[in-house]
Amino acid sequence: MYLKKLILCLTALFLAPLSFSAWDDINMTPGVNAIAQEIFGLHMTIFWICVVIGALVLGFMVFLIIKYRKKEGVEPADFDDNPKLELTWTILFAVILVGMAIPATTTMIKAYDDEEGDINILITGHQWKWQYEYMEDEVSFFSNLLTSLDARNNIAPKTENYLLEVDEPLVIPVNKRVRFLITANDVIHSWWVPDFAVKQDAIPGFINTAWTYIDEPGVYRGQCTELCGVYHGYMPIVVKAVSDSEYKDFIQGKRDLKAQQALLTEKLWETDELFAIGEEVYLKNCVACHQVNGAGIPPVFPALAGSEIVMNDKGRQVEILMEGVQGAAMQSYAEQLTEVEIAAVITYTRKAWGNDAGGDGEIVVPKEILDYKNNKL
Amino acid sequence: MSAVIEGHHDDHHHGPAKGITRWLYTTNHKDIGSLYLWFSFIMLFIGGAMAMVIRAELFEPGSQIVSPEFYNQMVTNHGLIMVFGVIMPAFVGLANWLIPMQIGAPDMALPRLNNLSFWILPAAFGVLLATFFMEGGAPNFGWTFYAPLSTEYAPPTVTYFIFAVHIMGASSIMGSINVITTILNMRAPGMTLMKMPLFVWSWLITAYLLIAVMPVLAGAVTMMLMDIHFGTSFFKAGGGGDPVLFQHIFWFFGHPEVYIMILPAFGIVSHIIETFSRKPIFGYDSMVYAIASIALLSFVVWAHHMFTVGMPIAGELFFMYSTMLIAIPTGVKVFNWLSTMFKGSLTFETPMLFAIAFVALFTIGGLSGLMLAIAPADFQYHDTYFVVAHFHYVLVPGALFSIIAAVYYWLPKWTGYMYDEFMGKTHFWLSFVSVNLTFFPMHFVGLAGMPRRIPDYAMQFADYNMIVSVGAFLFGLSQLLFLYVVLKAIFYGKKATGQVWEGAQGLEWTLDSPPAYHTFETPPNLEAGEAKG
Repeated sequence: MYLKKLILCLTALFLAPLSFSAWDDINMTPGVNAIAQEIFGLHMTIFWICVVIGALVLGFMVFLIIKYRKKEGVEPADFDDNPKLELTWTILFAVILVGMAIPATTTMIKAYDDEEGDINILITGHQWKWQYEYMEDEVSFFSNLLTSLDARNNIAPKTENYLLEVDEPLVIPVNKRVRFLITANDVIHSWWVPDFAVKQDAIPGFINTAWTYIDEPGVYRGQCTELCGVYHGYMPIVVKAVSDSEYKDFIQGKRDLKAQQALLTEKLWETDELFAIGEEVYLKNCVACHQVNGAGIPPVFPALAGSEIVMNDKGRQVEILMEGVQGAAMQSYAEQLTEVEIAAVITYTRKAWGNDAGGDGEIVVPKEILDYKNNKL
Repeated sequence: MSAVIEGHHDDHHHGPAKGITRWLYTTNHKDIGSLYLWFSFIMLFIGGAMAMVIRAELFEPGSQIVSPEFYNQMVTNHGLIMVFGVIMPAFVGLANWLIPMQIGAPDMALPRLNNLSFWILPAAFGVLLATFFMEGGAPNFGWTFYAPLSTEYAPPTVTYFIFAVHIMGASSIMGSINVITTILNMRAPGMTLMKMPLFVWSWLITAYLLIAVMPVLAGAVTMMLMDIHFGTSFFKAGGGGDPVLFQHIFWFFGHPEVYIMILPAFGIVSHIIETFSRKPIFGYDSMVYAIASIALLSFVVWAHHMFTVGMPIAGELFFMYSTMLIAIPTGVKVFNWLSTMFKGSLTFETPMLFAIAFVALFTIGGLSGLMLAIAPADFQYHDTYFVVAHFHYVLVPGALFSIIAAVYYWLPKWTGYMYDEFMGKTHFWLSFVSVNLTFFPMHFVGLAGMPRRIPDYAMQFADYNMIVSVGAFLFGLSQLLFLYVVLKAIFYGKKATGQVWEGAQGLEWTLDSPPAYHTFETPPNLEAGEAKG
């Protein structure tokens, strides 16, 4: 009978995915800590209950379709209710739901635990990068997408971690309770690492909390999960869980770097040196909005090439980089770039794309940025 | 009576006016119903074309055909058009055509308002689509337009978007006032509330939902407007405002809105299943109560869209429990439909095929909805393709299939011509296979961790996205076949009888096919008989 064939075909269609892909690739990750594993268990329980209900309902439907096809000489019945039966299945539904609600509630209570951590990390979402600040150690850095534009534009080959790799991962120690304090600087983002079962919205003006506790060293990847503008798909999260001693080295390294950068600010700089650094900084931080050729995407992202401020108003340009622009996508870079980088990128924009010829061509040195910061204090 | 008045009276019995003015000035419920349905059909292809762009971009990893900026505009406008331009107007069109004929009324209660509610809709969508050609591009912040992405960080065209939403809201509110007034005042003698056809019941409840929540949406966009142009800080954290407030307001509108898009479908499917089972609907009373309880519950579940915003645990648990409760009335409906088929005498014409597919696939969408209700597990599902799979299962093989089923079911009544059954069935099987090919694998990529609304994705999602895209292209093409079947019926169809379907019950089947321009000028008297349809 063709109906049977049809059912076979449909089953094959639904099962086909299983044949060329491992179960892990099409299911939720079991996770790497106790709470993630518990959520995974809850998911599987609910999933199988739903599969059984679905199979019974659809199976009964197929039975009805085959059994009660119109036949010569068979009259349809004419009953139109059965209160007892209706009451029975209503109660049955309620019982099943209570059965689901109980494990869901216990898991929920475990997941919702906002005690202080051994380590507290402030996570701030920016368009389109994450900032991590180790609150006890006063270390802070930004984490940007590493995947090149060429790979995204299909010019360079795509690697295994395409779109899931960053320049500086968040480093946390194993066997410590790590608490995340999550907020945002501009629009709403959402910080999600599936292996930790942590997904928490990063909302300007709010600080949400989440926590994790990792046993095994490893690299765990996630993505922003709240639409946050053009490059929402390009702000991944990479967390590296390391041993306690490695973690201490990492923090020390960050501190040394900070001291080194302070020294660099005082150094005497050549224009060419600044220009070269500035170009690198520009390609990493500015190009998404202002474009490689400095033309921007007006009116949302203004052009830098030929801009009056960039050509002739050095003071205002420094101010914009340090403070951001109220009500626009331009954010403050005072925290995310070093003094050298800010000075270099300003120098670069004032020299590139013919701005040199059209404007005053003045450069900015790192010391000026430091002075700006100090005067503000 | 004087001859003059007699003459005037005769004028009324003329058919429709000639030319374009017939459609511009019409106050006839059948004409306005057709206008709504054609409008929705056109918007289906515009919104569908946007979906095709989305699926082409996601065909393979890496940038394909559009920029991330344009991709976001596609995602946003695809959602807005499908929700406000396709599903809602199609249901209003069906309401216009069917409610007066099903309750034995000559027309809608407020015919001029009816004309206005339709004609401001093309204006609203004209404004929305015009933003594509303006500086800064079309809205790009998702159909849920969360602040501050839609306020401080929005393109300048957001103001046009706000204006368009206001007009759509006004249209919906006027439409629902009309539906409620008609149903409560113009039923034929003898048609008590509990004898009304289920489609009429579902629309009565839907109309109340619309009146309750469209002003909330209008409030939300007005606050956005003030934040953008008048210096207020409703949603601006920097000025002491609250971005989460926006989400509470939006979803207080948004969740009932979701049911606005499915309740009329319940009515349609009930009619079709009883007709082709040749058996009265099982549990009429519980069907009505189920729709009413789903509607009431829809007001207390909104924050299940917001499990990750950082609510206190009491809030998480409350919204989890209230959401799970919805499974009870929904389950009752599914079981009632199956019981209607039980011991029936089933035939499988195109409307029945779509109605059965509705019940089956809506059940899948309902079950994934139940999974999403489990708050701790939702931390993993939220904003992934699992959610995309879920709501497309309830909106495409759910709401859209019910509308297609309704068109096949009532088209012979409306036009007087039968559609080509073979082509109709072909359309069904193509749609059924491709809709599952499109949306079923989305469950997997979602669980595996693919976030929604991204223009590019990591390598492990590649295989499934390609399958999804192929399914989507096939589904899009299949709907062109639908257009062909409808046009072929209108121009070359065989004459239909008044009864059309052997087992059809209800007042509309007592009329000719097509019905006269004005029907039931004298109400039928149902005092003696049953009117349930």
